[in-house]
Formats: sequence, C-alpha cells, structure tokens
Amino acid sequence: MGEKKLMKGNEALAEGAVRAGCRFFAGYPITPQNEVPEYMSWRLPEVGGAFIQAESEVSAINMIYGAAGTGTRCMTSSSSPGISLKQEGLSYCAGADLPLLIANMMRGGPGLGNIAGCQGDYWQATRGGGHGDYRLYVVAPNSVNELANLPRKCYEVAFKYRIPSMILADGTIGQMMEPVEYKEEPIDVSKLEKPEWAIGVNHEHRAKRRITSYDLTEGGLEIMVNDRIKRYKAIEENEVMFEEKMTEDADMIVVAFGTPSRVATAAIKMLREKGIKAGLFRPITLWPFPYKQIQALAKRVKKFVSVETSMGQMVEDVRLALNGTAETHLYCKVGAAVLTAEEVAAALEEIHNGSTKYAAVK
Amino acid sequence: MPKAKVEIDTERCKGCYLCIEACPKKCLEKSDTFSKTGYFPAKFAKDECIGCQTCARVCPDLAIKVYKE
Amino acid sequence: MQLLNKRPESLIDIKTHYCPGCGHGIIHRLVAEVVDELKIRERMIFVAPVGCAVFADKYFDCDTTQGAHGRGPAEATGIKRTIPEAIVVSYQGDGDLASIGMAEIVHAAIRSENITVIFVNNTIYGMTGGQMAPTTLIGQKATTCVNGRTAKQAGYPIHMSEMLATIKGASYVARGGVHTPAAIMQTKQYIKKAFQNQIDGKGFSIVEVLSMCPTNWGKTPKDAVAFVKNEMEKEFEMGVKKDHSAADDVPAAAEAK
Repeated sequence: MGEKKLMKGNEALAEGAVRAGCRFFAGYPITPQNEVPEYMSWRLPEVGGAFIQAESEVSAINMIYGAAGTGTRCMTSSSSPGISLKQEGLSYCAGADLPLLIANMMRGGPGLGNIAGCQGDYWQATRGGGHGDYRLYVVAPNSVNELANLPRKCYEVAFKYRIPSMILADGTIGQMMEPVEYKEEPIDVSKLEKPEWAIGVNHEHRAKRRITSYDLTEGGLEIMVNDRIKRYKAIEENEVMFEEKMTEDADMIVVAFGTPSRVATAAIKMLREKGIKAGLFRPITLWPFPYKQIQALAKRVKKFVSVETSMGQMVEDVRLALNGTAETHLYCKVGAAVLTAEEVAAALEEIHNGSTKYAAVK
Repeated sequence: MPKAKVEIDTERCKGCYLCIEACPKKCLEKSDTFSKTGYFPAKFAKDECIGCQTCARVCPDLAIKVYKE
Repeated sequence: MQLLNKRPESLIDIKTHYCPGCGHGIIHRLVAEVVDELKIRERMIFVAPVGCAVFADKYFDCDTTQGAHGRGPAEATGIKRTIPEAIVVSYQGDGDLASIGMAEIVHAAIRSENITVIFVNNTIYGMTGGQMAPTTLIGQKATTCVNGRTAKQAGYPIHMSEMLATIKGASYVARGGVHTPAAIMQTKQYIKKAFQNQIDGKGFSIVEVLSMCPTNWGKTPKDAVAFVKNEMEKEFEMGVKKDHSAADDVPAAAEAK
C-alpha cells in the first residue's frame, strides 16, 4: 500500500485477487491471459492457497463451482474462446448463487479469431452468457491500476449479493505494464466469516447444506429465480460505477469502456484544442449498466457516440439509455484492429458537424 | 415360535421382489393387497426365518427390518 | 427380539424416487453404511451427478453439491483443495463419467486427487429415458440403438476401471456389483477401502458398481439381475483392478495442497 510498482496487467490482476483474499484458482492456458495462472501457480501456495492447472476450461469452471460452494474466495481466468467454454459452468454457478471472480481478457473473435485485444464479448458478458435467466456483475477496467484494485470490489459484491462477478478487460490491458498502487492492505482471510450457506465439514451437526441450481418441486424454481431477481434489482440500485471526464461543458459525449476509453480521451483532447467541446462517459460496471446516468446527461447533450472495438455491442445499451432522447452514433473497429485517436477524432468531428454517417439508426 | 422375523415397510416397498428371490428359506412372497403407492409389496409369509438378513441386503429401498431373538 | 439391521444414519429416512429394482438404492445404502462405520459423516461432502442420482443430494445426511453433467470430479477437486479435512465423494453414472465427463475423471486420477468416486455402471442413460451409453453392450437394445448396439456403428463398450487402472495416480480401482447378496457384500468392502484410502491420504480411489436398470432395460427386476449376472459380468469382469494404496510412493494431491 502506498507503494507504486510497475506491473504487467495480468500479474497485477492476479496479485490483486490474492490481496483480496483469493485462495483457490483453477485455469487453463490461453493467450492473452497466461500470466494470470502462471502468477497464481507460485503465488497461491505462498499464502496457503491452492492452484490447479485444469485439463480444460470446462473442468476449471467446475472446480470453481466446487470451491466457491465452500465459501472460499476463488478465481478463474481465460480469454474469449475459453470463456465460451465456461458458460455452462457459469450458468450453474449463477443458478447456485455462488460468489466467484472470473476474468476475461478479451481477444479477437469469433472462433479462434486472433490474440489481440478486442471487445467482442460484451453481449456475452452483460447478458448472462450461458443458458437461463441470470446476470453476472461485470466490471471493465481501463488501466492496469484499476484492474489491480477491482478484485476486491468484485468479491465484496459477489459475496454480498451471491452472484458471480466478472472482470471484462481486453487483452491490451492484460498485456501492458503500468504503475500499480494497491489502495488497501491485503485481506486477512482468517478473519473472513464463513458464509451461512457454505458447505463444509459439519462437526457441530447443524442442518445440512446443499449447493445446487435445480428445483423440481412445483413452483420451486420460480421462487428461486425471483429471489435472485430481487438481488439483481438491488445491485442495479446500489452498485453502478462510472467515470465522467470533461462532461460539464460538453455538447457531445463519447461513451467508451476499457482501452477504447483511453483512445477516446486522447481524441477528445484533440477536439478540444480545435474548440469542440466533447466529453467522455466511461461505464465501469457494464452490468449494471449506468442507464440513469447517461439518461441524465441527455437532458442537455444531444449527441452520443459509442466508441468500441466490437461490431457495435455496447451501443445497444447506450440507445436503451437514451431511449430516443438524443442522437446515438457508433464508431467501431472489429477483428481486434487497432483503434487510433486520430481516426476517432476525425469521426467525432464529422459527427459534431452534423454527419449522420455513423448514426446507430439511419 | 420363530427365532427370527422380517418386517416389511409396505409404504417403502416398491414390489421389486428381489428379497423373495434372495431368501434362502423362501419366507417371503408377494402380497395380494395394494400399498398406498400402488405396489403389491412383499410380505413375510413363513415362520422359517433364520435372521440371515439377505433380504435386507438386496432391498434397494431399505424397507426390510430383520429381528432375531 | 432384537433389530439386526439398523438404517444407516448417513441416509436420511425418506423414500427414494428410484424405480423398483434399481441398484442406486442398494449402492446408496452401502455408501451410507461405510460412512457410518468409518465415522466420517461429519466430514463427508457428497457430490451428486446429473442423471437419476441427481436427487441423491437430498438423501445423504451431509453437505452436498450438485453441478453440471460429468463434472463431479472437478467439483470434488475444488472442494477437496479448499477443505482438505473433508471426505469428498463423487457419485456418477456411466453416461456422466464415461462419456461427457471422461476428461474430468481421467485427470482427477492423473492428479491422484484424494477423493472417492462411486461409478454406477448400468449400461444405459437412465434419467433421459434409456439411450445408448458408452458402456452399452454389443447387441443390447437402447432407444438410440433400437436393434441393439453394433460395433460398426457405435464402437465397443468402454472398460473404465481397466483404463483408469493404467494411470499411475489411480491408487485403488475395483469393480463390484449389487445383483447378488455376495456381490453386495464384496462391493461394500471395495467401497470401504476406497473411503479408507481417502482418510489415509492415499489418493484417487474409484469403485465401479455394476447395477440394474429394469425400467430402461425393459426387464423385470428379477430378469435385470440375471442380465447383470449373465451378460454384464462377462463384459465387465468384477474384482480389484489395482491396489497401490499400500505403497509408499502414492501421489496424494490433496496432501500437497
């Protein structure tokens, strides 16, 4: 704490998770997230935790299902194709109300795609991803420092509301090096209370506990899912995080998360030098999405531009937030192509000057 | 007087009759009255039980209790 | 008169949903008796599968978990590594363990995960209505091989115990059955050994149990027992396939943590 250290994103994430109390990790190699399991493989034994290189992502997420059921702070990480493989297990985790941390260092897709940073998994992450009615708590860092500090918040939310949490970062954040300062002292896991639902040895002969996602009794599953929806509503109410930059006097707002939000910030500064007052709205939680906050900005700003490295996924949430009260535009790059500040600035200028070339709805 | 006997929980018995097949003394047989769940349960029919518990061992439903003096 | 056979405490006193003559009830009882005898109920965590035994998580009087089809050994791994004191048992059927969960069981054995696996082989998918399993015998009829399994179309039945016995990390592998009183008594001893190994930190132990599925076989319970005896036993030879638990070099993953 208080000390700044140059760290690679993936390692900063792993260390951040350990400091946040993570004591079990299961994962499988895939680029560009390999430094997470590599770091965990030697770091967890140092703090009395356990690391397993699983035989597949499918197995890894189900090891997490087992470990999370014991109330242990646990984690798995992967990148896009591996996250797809984990969806069934994640659905089971959500269905059994298990708190856990999963990190997706997104790469280009679909299919094998490529290994460069990309945001094509936004829909998958924010819409549940697997089968059934459920949500994940999804946060999107845009710096190594933020990535390093987010696991703590993820575990807090995950345990408070009994929901799987996901860090959705693009491979770029995972691979780059930046100064990191851990804001809080490491958690002493021996002082964490074992949740009242967690399975374990039962020397005290309390009532038996079951971790499961099934209920075949009449109306049973409906009650289970409705109880979960109540918690989702509380998360939407209490846990939205976002950042605004230069929005006070802005007449155009760029909405971007992760690496594109950094590119957009540079583009906005270029525009401001030309006298164009653009601002940045950065959702930090992608679910819950900051709908209300974007709505509030639309009272005085009438142009919004979603800047993404996907075919235009988050733009759908921006449109939902605006609900026709302001123009929605989209500037995006796909296939993990590099997004430059110059091209974003040029597009923003065109939009500012009245072009409808990038309008999300023509 | 029998030295051993078998009690069958007629509401647990599902009428598979594995016990009837297994009994070395052929003490068990099919009942001719329905249980509440719609099975003809097995019944203890012959006082030649030796308390070997073979019937209980093969019973998938823990429906058999074996007693011995 | 004195009651000779008390109901095991590890099994909750409720009626099961299993069909008449199904082997699961016997196997549940054997597991529960062993757990009582070894006095490990307080430490036991039961991993229930997907399949007919999915409801086993309601029958055993201990903490339970029930997850995705085939992934029991992965769940058990996550539990055992976070609570080494726990006695973790993964209870699985043949579709679960030998088909969709093939990777998980093999790699749990490779790691010599210090868990106990009960593998119920009834050569068919029970819960879904009698489809062909990886263990279905050649010529045996199922709803996805209505004229009987052929090697040409579906290959030969897999011998999981023999295969797992080739893995160094597998400490104990045995195959029993519940179709005769003698087999039941023998199988209980196998199960006891498989639990004792976990208590002693001996690593991965598995007991395959040949079992009856009268409903999906379209047989009476009596004929189902005869099928295990006359057909299944020929394909799946019973006995201890491997016992490395006495050796000093047993790799016991959970002890390493």
